Amino acid sequence: MNPGPINPKDLASGAANTWCPGCGNFSILGAMRAVLAELDGEGLPLENVVLVSGIGCHAKIVDYLNVNSFYSIHGRTIPVATAIKIANPDLKVICFSGDGDSLAEGLEHLIFAAKRNIDITLILHDNRVYGLTTGQYTPTSPSGFRGRSTPAGAVEPPLNPLELMLSSGATYIARGYSHGIEQLQRLFKEAILHKGFSFVDVLQVCVSYHNLYESYNQWTYAVEDNDRSSFEQAQKIIRSWNYNRSDLPIPLGCFYQIDAPRFDQSFSSYRPGRRERESKIEAILENFI
Amino acid sequence: MNDFSTLIGGIAGDGINEAGLTASRLLSRLGCSIYMYYDYPSLIRGGHNFSLIRACRRKVAAHTDAVDVLIALNQETVEKHQHRLKERSFVIYDADKVRLEGLAGRGCGLAVSSILKEAGAPAIMKNSCILGGYCKAVGIGWPVLEETLRKHMQKKLELNLLVARQGFEQTEGFCQIEDLISTGSGSGSGTGSSEASLPPRPLLTGNQAIALGLIRAGLGAYVAYPMTPSSSVLDFMARYAEDFGLKVVHPESEIAVMLMALGFSYAGVKSAVGTSGGGFCLMTEGLSLAGMAELPVVLVMAQRAGPSTGLPTYTAQGDLHFVLHAGQGEFPRLVVAPGDAEEAYIWAGRALNLAWKYQIPAIILSDKTLSESLYSFDGGLAGEVKEESLMLWDGNGTYKRYLQTESGLSPLAFPPQKGQAIKTDSYMHDPQGITSEDPALTEEMSEKRRRKGESLAREMEEYETVKVYGQISSKTALLFWGSNKGVCVEAAERLGLRAVQVLAIWPFPEKRLLEALQGVDRLLAVECNSTGQLADMARCCGIKVDDRILKYDGRPFSREDLLFRLGGAGI
Repeated sequence: MNPGPINPKDLASGAANTWCPGCGNFSILGAMRAVLAELDGEGLPLENVVLVSGIGCHAKIVDYLNVNSFYSIHGRTIPVATAIKIANPDLKVICFSGDGDSLAEGLEHLIFAAKRNIDITLILHDNRVYGLTTGQYTPTSPSGFRGRSTPAGAVEPPLNPLELMLSSGATYIARGYSHGIEQLQRLFKEAILHKGFSFVDVLQVCVSYHNLYESYNQWTYAVEDNDRSSFEQAQKIIRSWNYNRSDLPIPLGCFYQIDAPRFDQSFSSYRPGRRERESKIEAILENFI
Repeated sequence: MNDFSTLIGGIAGDGINEAGLTASRLLSRLGCSIYMYYDYPSLIRGGHNFSLIRACRRKVAAHTDAVDVLIALNQETVEKHQHRLKERSFVIYDADKVRLEGLAGRGCGLAVSSILKEAGAPAIMKNSCILGGYCKAVGIGWPVLEETLRKHMQKKLELNLLVARQGFEQTEGFCQIEDLISTGSGSGSGTGSSEASLPPRPLLTGNQAIALGLIRAGLGAYVAYPMTPSSSVLDFMARYAEDFGLKVVHPESEIAVMLMALGFSYAGVKSAVGTSGGGFCLMTEGLSLAGMAELPVVLVMAQRAGPSTGLPTYTAQGDLHFVLHAGQGEFPRLVVAPGDAEEAYIWAGRALNLAWKYQIPAIILSDKTLSESLYSFDGGLAGEVKEESLMLWDGNGTYKRYLQTESGLSPLAFPPQKGQAIKTDSYMHDPQGITSEDPALTEEMSEKRRRKGESLAREMEEYETVKVYGQISSKTALLFWGSNKGVCVEAAERLGLRAVQVLAIWPFPEKRLLEALQGVDRLLAVECNSTGQLADMARCCGIKVDDRILKYDGRPFSREDLLFRLGGAGI
């Protein structure tokens, strides 16, 4: 008996949603629900999906989805997801992370995920502010950002996470915007189906502490017909906006996608049974005499 | 105990550890139990390294200061160690490099460099050459050396055999080791009664024994960032990864190590990590996550002298309280401290089984002495460890990862499970694994974790978590843990004392310890730290520790060290 396609609404866990009204995270949740339901109908069973989140507003998304999940700690989605993928290559592992989460506390893991080209996806809820801790600057806040920890304005310039990913070896790099749910769905689906480390930066507006809707609505545009396999083209598009200026066009879309050897491919699925294991241990002990 | 001690010294890069291993194999073939302590500074080339090999017809797990034979590959070895020579000890040395002033008639010089040059052999083969000389000098027959080299020499075997043969032929005999170890004229105070020769046993470091115990109990993944003295577990796992289908990962930091291990656990793969104190610091946030999310994981924590970088290649027992209390919040854990290779093997396996049964972190607390010393491994004495089956979800109804039960243990399930969501959570959570900040639920889940700890403590009462050795009726007892086992048991046997080992440290085996100490009126704690960390724990359950024999110079107690200190305490 075929139970028929999943209705995206059926993916709700029933947990009460505690995001602020108007939060950009709702778009990410909606887009992900639609994509997971669609993929289930296309041969990626929902039970083979594992969601991993860090800590921050973004992370609550795993509570809201009735899907396998590992609600990890701040900055630590990637090592968890990497091991789950190595443990069972049949699983599709999707990380949800914040800009504080992945670019500050857990930056080392992000770089290494790209370096390894591990076959997992990371969705960056990039609201460019710490929300749950009530408004401090993050690695993607523009310089001069007045937050609770930087009342005179942040001194540091922001990081461009896409440029970092490009130079670190990520094989799928894209940017979406929480006001463009159709594009988000397309990017999420591509990223999940991509074989290798896929990174989607989502300009996700925090209505309470860093409301950039007006600026994003004015400056974002969709990049089309770009050569995704060209490192140089990707670099040019990615460098055209550096997260510091609010008077330049902000490109959206997939900027880079290539095939490359993956870390998860380096592990064999061979596993000896108990007897074989024991006889091998005996052989090792004999060799140590 | 009739025994025979050999010291091989040279510079880092000379292959002193390997030479010590070969000497250990030779002596093991003569029917001896072996213990080898390896001393090296934290550098790659130069500096002074030495291996101290003790051979005995009874189980031995401590080194002696005095040696019967000193093998000197450089002048520094003679200068640093000649005080160890006894009246009848002698020196075998590289005559091209070493001058034996003031030790006339005590040595046998071998023109090692000339022999190598003549044979066209590289410098590293000086070990084979001088070990050839060693065999001749102490009366180990050529066939024993040849067999050992043939079995273990991976590269350029024939050339090694050639220089070893030269060394053998150009040396004269000094003693007959077989007579020394079986008649009691060696360094021990034997009675002269002869002891039977032992079957040659595998020679394992504590780390190798831990690795084999974990593998035996079903380890599926090992994750580690290199850190002395735990790195050789990683080396071993990586070397045998293919044989056992192990997923071995060396990631970017110990933070990633611990989180990866938990990812493996979530997916149903039994995982372990290894580190020393500094790396363990980075693992503590993941340790607490394991406590909250109820994810099983085994940590091999090989202590070295701290604080901070401390003495990277030297030993200490300074992190007992750290591992007991690391991680925010309250959650159950297992801490075991094996004292030799057999205990390392069996308790590593048990730690993995118990971690999975109780869904908790389990810590195997080692130190540089246990981790890197070499022991004759008696599999029969160790006992066997089997992979225990898991309490799996029966597949009925909706899966609840944190289902409340009387024991506190919830059935396990791993993705994928058709129609189910397997949710694990670092936040306070409901039975399904969904975040909740409800006060009643918070209380219930705290109690669930506490009940798991109580269930574990009940099971631990069934194991021999406290062991008694020596003169059981003695009213004077030594209290110790971890790698001090060998030296404490030996001292107790010699002095007629009771020796009490705390083998599983948490849950603290209070009942068994009180039983083991019944009738004791003087208790001396022996520890390699500056405060007496186990002694403090004993005091918490009303046990009076009269003396604390502490050593905190980075070096393990030798037999002489401990006897001297006990003498100073009037024992």
